[in-house]
Amino acid sequence: MDIFSQIRNSSQWVFYLFGLIALLAYPSFANNFFVFQIGALSLILGMIALSLTLLAGYGGMVSLSQMSIAGLAGYFLALFGESNAVQSLQLAPIIAVPAAIILATLVASFFGLLSVRTEGVYTIMITLAVGVATFYFVQQNYVIFNGFQGLSGILPPTVFGTNFKDPVPFYYVSLMCAVLAYVFVVSLIRSPFGVALQGIRDNPRRMKALGYNIFLHRIVTHSIAGALAATGGVLLAWFNGFVSPGIVGVDAMINILIIAVIGGLNHPIGGFVGAVIFILLQNFAIDLVGSDRFRLLVGCVFFLIVIFSPNGLIGVGSKILNWAKKRPKASEDKMGMEVIKVDDV
Amino acid sequence: MKITKFRRVLTVVSTLTIAGFSFSAQAEDEIKVGLLATLEGPFTVLGQDAIRGAELALMEWKGMAGGKKIVFVKGSSNAQPDSAVNATRKLVEQDKVDLMIGPLSGSEGVAVKNYSRTQPQITFINGSSGGQETTLVDPSPNFFRFNLDGAQVMAPLGSYAYDKGFKRTMIIAEDYSFPYSQVQGFMSGFCKAGGKVPKKAWVPVGNKDFSSVIASIPEDVDSILVVLAGADAVNFMRQYEQAGGDKPFIAGSVMVDQTVLSYKGKRRDALIGTLSSGWTADKLDTPEWNKFVAEYRKSFDDAFPAPSFFAFAYYSNVKAMLEALDQVNGDLSDGQAKFRNALQNLQLQTPVGLITLDENRHAVGPAFITEIIKNDEGDLVSEVVQTVPKIDQKLNLSAAEFDAMGIGSRESPSCP
Amino acid sequence: MKIHKRKVSAIVYLIVLALFATFAAWAITDNKNLFVTVSMNGLTIAALYFLVAIGFTLIFGLLKNVNLTHGSLYLLGAYLGYTVADLSGSWLVGVAVGTFGVGIVGFLLQVLVFRHMQNQELQQALVTIAISVILADLMLWGWGSDIYQLDPPDWMYGAVAIPVIGKYSIYKLFILGFSISVGLGLWLLLNKTYLGVMIRAGVDDQQMLSAMGVNVHVVFALTFAIGAAIAGLSGVIGGSLMSITPGEDTRYLLASLVVVIVGGMGSIIGTALGAILIGLSEQYGLAYAPTYGVIFTFIIMAAVLIARPQGLLGRE
Repeated sequence: MDIFSQIRNSSQWVFYLFGLIALLAYPSFANNFFVFQIGALSLILGMIALSLTLLAGYGGMVSLSQMSIAGLAGYFLALFGESNAVQSLQLAPIIAVPAAIILATLVASFFGLLSVRTEGVYTIMITLAVGVATFYFVQQNYVIFNGFQGLSGILPPTVFGTNFKDPVPFYYVSLMCAVLAYVFVVSLIRSPFGVALQGIRDNPRRMKALGYNIFLHRIVTHSIAGALAATGGVLLAWFNGFVSPGIVGVDAMINILIIAVIGGLNHPIGGFVGAVIFILLQNFAIDLVGSDRFRLLVGCVFFLIVIFSPNGLIGVGSKILNWAKKRPKASEDKMGMEVIKVDDV
Repeated sequence: MKITKFRRVLTVVSTLTIAGFSFSAQAEDEIKVGLLATLEGPFTVLGQDAIRGAELALMEWKGMAGGKKIVFVKGSSNAQPDSAVNATRKLVEQDKVDLMIGPLSGSEGVAVKNYSRTQPQITFINGSSGGQETTLVDPSPNFFRFNLDGAQVMAPLGSYAYDKGFKRTMIIAEDYSFPYSQVQGFMSGFCKAGGKVPKKAWVPVGNKDFSSVIASIPEDVDSILVVLAGADAVNFMRQYEQAGGDKPFIAGSVMVDQTVLSYKGKRRDALIGTLSSGWTADKLDTPEWNKFVAEYRKSFDDAFPAPSFFAFAYYSNVKAMLEALDQVNGDLSDGQAKFRNALQNLQLQTPVGLITLDENRHAVGPAFITEIIKNDEGDLVSEVVQTVPKIDQKLNLSAAEFDAMGIGSRESPSCP
Repeated sequence: MKIHKRKVSAIVYLIVLALFATFAAWAITDNKNLFVTVSMNGLTIAALYFLVAIGFTLIFGLLKNVNLTHGSLYLLGAYLGYTVADLSGSWLVGVAVGTFGVGIVGFLLQVLVFRHMQNQELQQALVTIAISVILADLMLWGWGSDIYQLDPPDWMYGAVAIPVIGKYSIYKLFILGFSISVGLGLWLLLNKTYLGVMIRAGVDDQQMLSAMGVNVHVVFALTFAIGAAIAGLSGVIGGSLMSITPGEDTRYLLASLVVVIVGGMGSIIGTALGAILIGLSEQYGLAYAPTYGVIFTFIIMAAVLIARPQGLLGRE
C-alpha cells in the first residue's frame, strides 16, 4: 500500500510536473520523425501495453488479446467512420470514434467472459487462442473485414483548421489520451475497485469468501482494459491510415506483452517505458546491428528480463539505485514478486 | 524513490533529444537513395535478392549517376504494410533521403504509395510490388513503377490456352490480391475467347492442406488453373497426385520456377506441356537477358543460381532512376520536376525488353507465354512459346471493357 | 442442481448432434463421395492435431507447465527431420533424429530453465513465449523462409483404393493408425509401466516420492523430454503430410491450444475428442464454406469455454 501514499506525497507531484513539461515541450526540440514515429507511436503502444499492465499487473490476468482489441477498434473505426472501405458507413468521427471504442470494449468483455472462469496460465492460453482466431478471422473474412488487404483510407479529422494527421497535432492528441489513460489507471488502482482487484489477484478464494463477485470483477477489468486498448487502437489506425490482419497478428500480440514486461508490470508507467525502448530498437536496430535479427534481439532481451528482473526495467533501475544506497530490499520488489507469483491456483 | 523515477524520465527524454538532433551531414555532390526491402521476417531471403538487383544496377553505373555519387540507405520491413510505411518514413523524414526505391510486396506498395502523397518533394520509385490498385486507384503523382503487375503478365495466356483446346477450367488460388490479379489476367482473355470457369476455389493464405479442395474438383473441367507460390504448388501437386487426380494444369507466373520444376514426384512428367505466362522464362534466349544473368552470377558469391523476379524488378527500377538522373545531370531542384519528367518519358531497356510508363506512371512492357519442356539433361525448364511485346495495365482492353471488370477480385471477372 | 445441469448439457449435445446429422444428410445427398472424403480428411488432420496436442497436454497435465514453445518444438522437429532425411536419404532416420533431437532440447529446457522456476506458472509461461520468439528467429536464420517438403518412403506415398471414396492416400491412413498407436502407447506408459507410476506419483506428492529415494528432477525432466519428443515426432510426420515453413509453429501451437481447451487439459481421451471436433470442423469448413473454417473452430472453442470452462472431459 505504500505506493499510494507515495503518490499522495506532495513531492511526487514535482516529478509528474517535470515529466509532463518535458513531454509537452518535446515537439519543440525533436524533428517530425521523432515526434510522430517515435513519440506518438510510443504513446499509442504504451497505452495498449498499459491496458495489459492493468490486467496482468493488478488483475493477475495476462491477456495476449489486447492487441486484437486495439486492432478491432481500428477495423470498427474504418467501418463506421470515413475510409476507403466500400462497407463503411462513413459516419462523422464524433459518432464513429465512440462507436468503435464501445464495440471493441464489448468484444473485450466477451473475450473476458471466455477467459475469467479459468485462472492463471489458462488466461494466457485462452487469450492467445482467441487472439490468433481473431487474426485468422479478419484475414479470411471479406464481407466485413476485406481479408488479407484490410481496410484503408482511415484519416483523423480536421478540426478548426488543424489537421490531426500532421505530426505535432497528432502527437498532442496521443499525449492527451495517454496522460488521461495513465491518470485513470493510477486512480483506478487506488479506488476500492482497484484494491479489490489486487486482492482477487493475490487470493481469489479469500476474496470470494469475503463476498466479492470475482468473475464480475475480472470481466469489468477486461472491459476497462478493453476500452483503453481500443482507444490506443483508434489512434493506431489513424497513425497507420489503414488496418490489416498483420496489425493483429501473433507477432504484434506478443510485442505488446514484450513491451509491458520489459517496462515492468508493477507500475502503470512500465508500458510507456517499454514502448519507448521497443520502438527505438525497432527503428534504429538496422543502423546498429542490421535488421535481420531484430526479433532475436528482442526475444533475448525479453527472456533476460523475465528471468532476472520480473519487474522489468523499472525494477532494474530501482535495484541499481537501491544497491548504490546499500538498502537491502525495496518495497517495489515485493510488489513485483506478487505480480508474477499466482498463489492459490 | 523519487530520484529513481525522475532520472529514468530524464534519461529517456535526453536519449530522444540527442537522437532527434543527430542529423547526418550530407555532401553536396551526393544523392541519398532510400532502398526499402524485406530484410526481416519470412521474406528476408527475397529482400536480400532484391537488394542484389539494386546493387547490380548501381555497379553498372559505377556508383555515379548524373555526375553525383549515389548512396543507398537501406530500410527494412517485414512485408507488412505498416512496417513498410514506418521504414519509409524513417528514411524520408529522419535519414533525409532524396529519392526512394521500394517496396517489395503488393500490400506494402499500396501503403507506401499512399504515404508518398504526404511527401510530394520526394520521388518514389517502386521496388518489386505488383498490386494493380497501387497505380489504378488514386495514383500518386510522385510514385513511379517500372515493373508489370500480376494481371498484365498473365493477360496473354487466356486466349492462347483456349486455342490450345482448354474450354472449361477450375481455378485454385490463394485468397488475396496477387492471385486475384493473376486470375483476372488469365480470365480476361479466356472468357472473351469463349472459355468457361465454373468454379473458383480461393484457399486461405497459409493453408497447406488442399485435400478437401481437391475432393471438390468437378468432373467436367478439362484443366485446373493453379495460382500458388512455388512450394505451395508442389504441395498441391503432391496432394493431387496422392488423391489420384489426372487433369492438366495451367500455371500462374510464380508457379513456374525451379522450386516447382525440380519437383521429384511421380507426376513430374505430367508437367511437361504446362502453359504459363510471366515476366521472363528459363530459356529466354536473348543477349540482354543472358548478359544480365551472367553479371548477376559474377557479382555475388552467395546469390541464387539465377536472379529472382525481385532482383530483376529492383534492378529495372533502379536502372530507370539512374538513367533519368543521367539525363538531367543529377538535377533534383524545383521539386524534382525535371527528374520526374525524365522518368515519365524514359524508354527503359530492361533485360527482357522495352518498358515505358503510362499516364498513371505504371509500366507498359513485355510478357512471355511459356511452356514446360524437358531439356537434354532431363531437367524441366520453361521455354518461351510466344512473346507479347507490349501489355498495358488495362490488359490491352479498351478502358470501358476494363472498367466494367474493375480490379481483379474474388468475383470479378466471372464466366461460369 | 447437478442433475439439472446434466439435463441441460444432454439437451445441448442432442441439439448439436441433430444439427450435424442434418448437415451430414444434406451433404450426403448432395455429393456422397465428397462428404466421405472430407470426413476422412477431417479425421486425418484430427490425428495430426492429436499427435501435436498430446505432448502439450502431457506436459501440462503432469508438470503443470504451460509450454508455449510447443509449436516451436514441432517446427524444430520438422526442420531437423527434413535436414537429416535429406542428408541420409532415409525418412525413418529423419523421424528418429527429429524425435530424439527435440526430446533432448526439451530435456535441456526443463533442466536449465523450467526447473528453476517451479510453481511459478505465469513466469514459466512468459519464459516459454520468450523462448519461442528466440527459437522462431533462430530457425528462420538457419533454414531461411524456403518451404521444405519431406517425402515419406515410397511404399507409403501413393494412393490406395478403399470403399466409397475410391482412392485415398496411404500416408494419411498411416497417420491415422500411427496416432492411435501413440495415444495407446502413452496411455500404457503412464498406467502400466514403472516410469508411468513414478511420474504420476511425482505429480501427486513430490516430496513423498523424493523421500522414497526417487530422483524427482530426473522423472520430471524425462516427462518433459517425452512431451517434447512427441512434438518433434509430430513435426516430422506433419512435415511429410504438408510442408514446413516459418509460421507453422504458431499454427500448431494454436491447434494444440484449441484442442486441449476444447477437450480438457491433461486428459488423453479429451485431447482425442477435441482433435476430432476441431479437425472435422476445419475440413468441413474448407470444403463447404472455404473461408470460414477457422470461425467454426472458434465458435466451438467459445461454446465450450462458456459451457464447460475446464473443457469437455477436463476435471473440475
